Amino acid sequence: MVLLLFMLATGIAIVRLRDLFAVVMLTGIFSLLGAAIYVVMDAVDVAFTEAAVGAGVSTVLMLGTLALTTSKEKIPSVSFSWAGMLLVVVTGGVLIYGTLDMPAYGDKDAPINQHVVPRYLEKSGEEIDLPNVVTSVLASYRGYDTLGETFVIFTAAIGVLAIIGRRRRKKYASSDVGGKNGSDKPAKEGLS
Amino acid sequence: MKPEMQQKVILRVVSKFLIPFILLFALYVQWHGDFGPGGGFQAGVILAAAFILYGLIFGVQKLRRVVPAWVTRSCLSLGVLTYAGVGVATLLMGGNFLDYNVLSHVPTHGQHLGILLVEIGVGVTVASAMITIFVAFAGQDR
Repeated sequence: MVLLLFMLATGIAIVRLRDLFAVVMLTGIFSLLGAAIYVVMDAVDVAFTEAAVGAGVSTVLMLGTLALTTSKEKIPSVSFSWAGMLLVVVTGGVLIYGTLDMPAYGDKDAPINQHVVPRYLEKSGEEIDLPNVVTSVLASYRGYDTLGETFVIFTAAIGVLAIIGRRRRKKYASSDVGGKNGSDKPAKEGLS
Repeated sequence: MKPEMQQKVILRVVSKFLIPFILLFALYVQWHGDFGPGGGFQAGVILAAAFILYGLIFGVQKLRRVVPAWVTRSCLSLGVLTYAGVGVATLLMGGNFLDYNVLSHVPTHGQHLGILLVEIGVGVTVASAMITIFVAFAGQDR
């Protein structure tokens, strides 16, 4: 509960602040608080990932982005509008209404605790024989999902290379080619 | 990234001291994921964090000398190929796709082997993806 309050305060601060350097630091703290909540909920593997990715690597990547762009947010020219506020409140209300149907955290009558979880907990000892059930679920029972996730990460890196890596190469290529062969080739590259 | 970062003696010494331990911890998380929290994904991120720290302190050029572009790019696909290759291997050995039981005579040993290989694939891909993205962002000088 205290952690959730801290997360709320951090979230409000992120929205209010205009200094993007502080915002990036606060998102790191936000992820760290999230990791602490996962630890409280006994999801250590998820907490591990959240602390390493959310608080660690993504903060560094955001700082790298700030170094490329600017660290001050522009003040928007649009003033406060009641229609927008109404839309946000209604959407939020609908989302919260949607969660009312969901079983409470740790409810033993929840559908997932009726079929899948007992099956994994009882059988993974004989079938996989690993002490960490999370690993056996991730890598063996749900091996397809994890394969898909690996492809997502692969695609993300390829996408970043295609968007940012290319511009850099073109710059080098045009300066190299321009020095040797004149201005013929860079124009062709621009077209293709 | 920033030339003044390379002048800071404390950062240089402390990061040089820390990087071996971060690498060791990444390997521990990779191989110990079967027994405790962790696994390929987390290990990959921690491994990448060691390289990113090196790149932050000593500059991207030096990081690229440690891990050239062709290394991260080929490891990026190598990891996915390892994962999918395990699936194809189980197909060829008469099982379903990613059915590790057929990898060894004892089904649980096959499971252990399959999970180990798959986690290595995930770790390799994640680590090289993170390094690639970091270098793509930090390597440009506006």
